[in-house]
Amino acid sequence: MAELLQFISSGLTVGAIYALVALGFTLIYKSSDIINFAQGEFVMLGGMTTVFVALAGVPLPLAALIAIIVTTAIGFALHRLAIEPARGASPVALIMITIGASIFLRGVAQIVFDRRFHSLPPLFGADPIQFGGAAILPQSLVVLASATAIVTLLWLFIDRTLLGKAVLATAANRLAARLIGIDTRRIVDFSFAVSAAIGAIAGILITPIALTSYDVGTLLALKGFAAAMLGGIGSALGAVIGGLLIGMIEAFAAGYFSSNYKDAVAFLIILVVLVSIPQGLFGRAKVERV
Amino acid sequence: MRTLLETRLMPAIVVAVIVITLPLFFPSAYYYRIGALVFIFALAVVGLNLLMGFAGQVSLGHAGFLGIGAYSVAIGPIHFGAPSWLCLFAGAILSGAVAFLVGRPILRLKGHYLAVATLGLGLLVAIVLTNEAGWTGGPDGMSVPRLVLFDWSLRGADTWYWIAGTTFVGGFVLALNLMGSPTGRALQAIHDSEIAALVLGIDVARKKLTIFIISAMYASVAGSYLALFNGYITPDAAGFLRSIELVAMVVLGGMGSIVGSLVGAAVLVVLPQALTIFHEYEQALLGLIIMVFMIFLRRGIVPSIAAAFAGRRK
Repeated sequence: MAELLQFISSGLTVGAIYALVALGFTLIYKSSDIINFAQGEFVMLGGMTTVFVALAGVPLPLAALIAIIVTTAIGFALHRLAIEPARGASPVALIMITIGASIFLRGVAQIVFDRRFHSLPPLFGADPIQFGGAAILPQSLVVLASATAIVTLLWLFIDRTLLGKAVLATAANRLAARLIGIDTRRIVDFSFAVSAAIGAIAGILITPIALTSYDVGTLLALKGFAAAMLGGIGSALGAVIGGLLIGMIEAFAAGYFSSNYKDAVAFLIILVVLVSIPQGLFGRAKVERV
Repeated sequence: MRTLLETRLMPAIVVAVIVITLPLFFPSAYYYRIGALVFIFALAVVGLNLLMGFAGQVSLGHAGFLGIGAYSVAIGPIHFGAPSWLCLFAGAILSGAVAFLVGRPILRLKGHYLAVATLGLGLLVAIVLTNEAGWTGGPDGMSVPRLVLFDWSLRGADTWYWIAGTTFVGGFVLALNLMGSPTGRALQAIHDSEIAALVLGIDVARKKLTIFIISAMYASVAGSYLALFNGYITPDAAGFLRSIELVAMVVLGGMGSIVGSLVGAAVLVVLPQALTIFHEYEQALLGLIIMVFMIFLRRGIVPSIAAAFAGRRK
């Protein structure tokens, strides 16, 4: 029982981070049909910028805020400088641009920062809380609470504000959205910026637990993409559930089977799910028009 | 005969001439090494281009097949005492068999779903290669015995330049012929619209599976060559970044352009070598160059340049 609780808590923590990355993928995909493989670099930038700004003597909360602002600006710049000039290119070409961007950001990060691993002090100390025989890190609870808050805020924003409705309209039909006077370019700007901010927050939250370095982005992008696809691309609920599922599967595979094969188990299950439900758990089947 | 020469085999002849004349300009043996690497990668890229550019199916896990081919020529001779050339063929057949078994269920997936499924497939191969240390040497990799043909041990960059160059021209001609065949035209119909192809009576699932198997075997042979040429192999050969690199070569050169495969492989093999003089800026520059190429030559280098020339002629 204690073991089970332990696995659930670590699975949910990692899963929450995957969920946030997947949410970033979904937001950009919804508004622009682009799969942004630089999403993982946003997570890296969030963590690394906080570490280095804090090292320069800035208090931690302010450093985190600066990191989020910097990453958001980079997300915005990515759209304006790299994606927007290639408007109308094929989806694969656009994906290659985001992959190029992720290699570029990683390359810049190892020059501006360094190539070592870094950590941040956890928000409420490092002493684990004993719960039902399992030791739970306070930072895990911070991650879960923050992830819940971000998902809720994003949902409220999309559901209740005019800008949110414009995002929904753009996602539903870009041409129709433009016809009723929505500046769809600004909507895509906005979704890149918000995705970057979400990624940066995820990076700052996970650094006290999992460390960060200039090259953590690749694996996170991969897992986040897999999570978004498992849930069904374009479904925000699917992204969150997909992320949590992958985190849990990994934790259980590592605990009960073998930690070397945890990624293998996760991808095996993704393969099986996709083969039996080709549009993912919450995705809508696409009908091809001839 | 004359029209056949002009249309179908002309690119192959041009490529063969390039392979033969290029060494005349090589100042040192180092260039033979780069040349051999370009042709080895180009072979894998031609195979992937058949799948991506012609059949329109994405694979983000093709390095998995590269890895199977590479480790076949490493594990076969060391653990079973089999001759390397036999292991090369065995690896290609094994890759084809894996593609056959996995292909039927996952090729039903479309677009990004297929991308994530192939991604998972490639990762599974890489994870097995990393963890079965008893067979593969684990993350540190293993050394690969030299290829011996008729008591002649094949080593040296110039020897491998000719082997890789010849094989590439062979693979190139094969791909050109395949695309001119009914199967090739069926694949292009699938690329344009799967439903329309189905209505025309094309067995879509079978054609997709066929091309998946063929492209897996191309990658496997390239992987075997890479291992035999370097004399050493690590699981990175099957890793995600390698898969991405192969896709980048296809897209950069031009999807659906067989000549583009050679150009894409050449750019992405030569560029990092040339960029090493910039030391720590290497990765940032590589990313920047990929972005700039894709923004300004969005259809890939060869098709974009061809279009520019065609436009001027008009």
